[in-house]
Amino acid sequence: MVIEDLTRGKLNDLKLKANKARILTLEMLFEAGSGHTAGSLGMADIFTAFYFHILKHDPKNPEWNERDRLILSNGHICPIRYTAMAMSGYFNEEELKTLRKLNSRLQGHPHRTSLPGLETTSGPLGEGLSQGIGIALAAKLDGKDYQTYVLTSDGEHEEGNTWEAAMFTGKNKLNNLTQIIDRNNIQIDGKTEDVMPLEPLKDKYLSFGWEVFEVNGNDITAFVDILKQSGNVSDKPVCIIARTTPGKGVSFMENDYNWHGKPPNKEELEKALQELKSLEENLKQN
Amino acid sequence: MLNKDLKLNENLFNEDVEKRAVRDGFGSALLLLGEQNNNVVVLTADLKESTRVEEFANKFPDRFFEVGVAEQNMAAIAAGLGVSGKVAFISSYAAFSPGKNWETIKTTIIYNQSNVKIAGHHAGVVTGADGVTHQAVEDIALMRSFPGLTIFSPCDAIEAKKATMEAANINGPVYLRFSREKSPIITTDEATFDKNKIQTYWISNDPKVTIFATGHMLFQALMASKNLEAQGINTLVANVSTLKPLDTQTIVEISQKSGRVVTAEDHQVAGGMGSLIAETLAKNNPTPIEFVGLNDTYAESGKPNELLEKYKMDNNAIEEAVKKVISR
Repeated sequence: MVIEDLTRGKLNDLKLKANKARILTLEMLFEAGSGHTAGSLGMADIFTAFYFHILKHDPKNPEWNERDRLILSNGHICPIRYTAMAMSGYFNEEELKTLRKLNSRLQGHPHRTSLPGLETTSGPLGEGLSQGIGIALAAKLDGKDYQTYVLTSDGEHEEGNTWEAAMFTGKNKLNNLTQIIDRNNIQIDGKTEDVMPLEPLKDKYLSFGWEVFEVNGNDITAFVDILKQSGNVSDKPVCIIARTTPGKGVSFMENDYNWHGKPPNKEELEKALQELKSLEENLKQN
Repeated sequence: MLNKDLKLNENLFNEDVEKRAVRDGFGSALLLLGEQNNNVVVLTADLKESTRVEEFANKFPDRFFEVGVAEQNMAAIAAGLGVSGKVAFISSYAAFSPGKNWETIKTTIIYNQSNVKIAGHHAGVVTGADGVTHQAVEDIALMRSFPGLTIFSPCDAIEAKKATMEAANINGPVYLRFSREKSPIITTDEATFDKNKIQTYWISNDPKVTIFATGHMLFQALMASKNLEAQGINTLVANVSTLKPLDTQTIVEISQKSGRVVTAEDHQVAGGMGSLIAETLAKNNPTPIEFVGLNDTYAESGKPNELLEKYKMDNNAIEEAVKKVISR
């Protein structure tokens, strides 16, 4: 994996893109009338970093065999993935408005064969890390040097399958697989630590044979740096615990689990867009 | 009489008929496939020997993955391999795969259209002494509702080998159903396996009943037909080794010849092969049917032949079903 250094200009561009991704995501969720807002906003910085800086990919040739594989295990936050894909040229931004509607390629949860550029089908939790393992194993068998990145959620670590996969990855020392856990501390029924305590998460992964890094997932510079650093790990799989703020960028959505699985109404959308547009103005002045 | 055109085993009804486990055919096919195609990979969940993947593992260690007792993980890893150019076989007991990992199979293999072959072993009550927990008797019902899935339920080890080879040729998900115990070899290497065709293994003049059988139950059906012939009752026996897609045309044609039907399977009657036949005939040619299978109950530990007898799934039960459907 070769990741370039972030220049100051590039960083500001990425921040602007992340902000735009949040705006497009909120608009598409409003248009759809259902969907998952908090996690989508929380992961906007990471998706922007991936699609515009980290991934080796070609939006005009989504099946390019040498591409890095980005797998979204917690499929419900697909609105932010669809947005990042549209912004980077996989399809027209107009199509975002078809989310969750009849005849759309943008299914409510991602369906690989509906939309070129999706690597897996996901939605039911706990299955993405395993699928990523299969894709990483195929790379080893074929002598390919693409990297497999698997995005998972903290809540889905309640699924046994996640730990089955964690054991397998550790045992097989899959050094071409990187897991990024969206540690946003919320799930449908409340705070993750109330629903089912997950800490000490880092120690759990260490004991499963992974190298673990922790980072602020809303800090693009820090996230890119950690990924670069993790490239030096050669003998084990890497897990990055990315602490994110659910609903990031919209004051009344931040850290409120009630925004896990609902879209904004008209009034909420307008209020949110106002906040994001003023953030945009600030960024433009930098 | 046995259909001579199909090159079946002429010693089938002899005392010393060759017997082999259906699962053995799977193991020998995997060895061949391993040599023929570098993209064939095999995964198991701690059942290397009993699901007959051990020889593949020894010969092709780089393409064999032991996932431990973790059937969901096995299915989803295979899904990842299957979308990356591999022909991935997952091998476990049907009670666990698809019994335990059904939704994972739905999402990551079927809906995801991944090139994965699911081998479900120890199907049916003939699994025997291990008891109900290990006797998969619902797997056809679980799998037949998956769109786009091919389902093979071979009758003997030779057909199992051919079905496994065929599965590798299909670009997409396949379910293979295998039983554990040694059962008579019905076909021969020269017999044709046509995945699109139901073949009539027992033929007679002026048949009164067609018996549709799947898996090792085909032998019980053939025994029944032989005994019935001696009693002056003529039947046909058809081998339903492909459950999906179903050869509906042949089902309609041969049941029109006999007018009455019996189905025989080592599975719950509800949702099994008999249901498939009944749905087909209800739509195209309403026909009286009797169903031989596990009848809304579970079996228990025991020897395979004891279980088939007690749970009314042996050749005697099929003979009774034939007489019953004639009397209706």
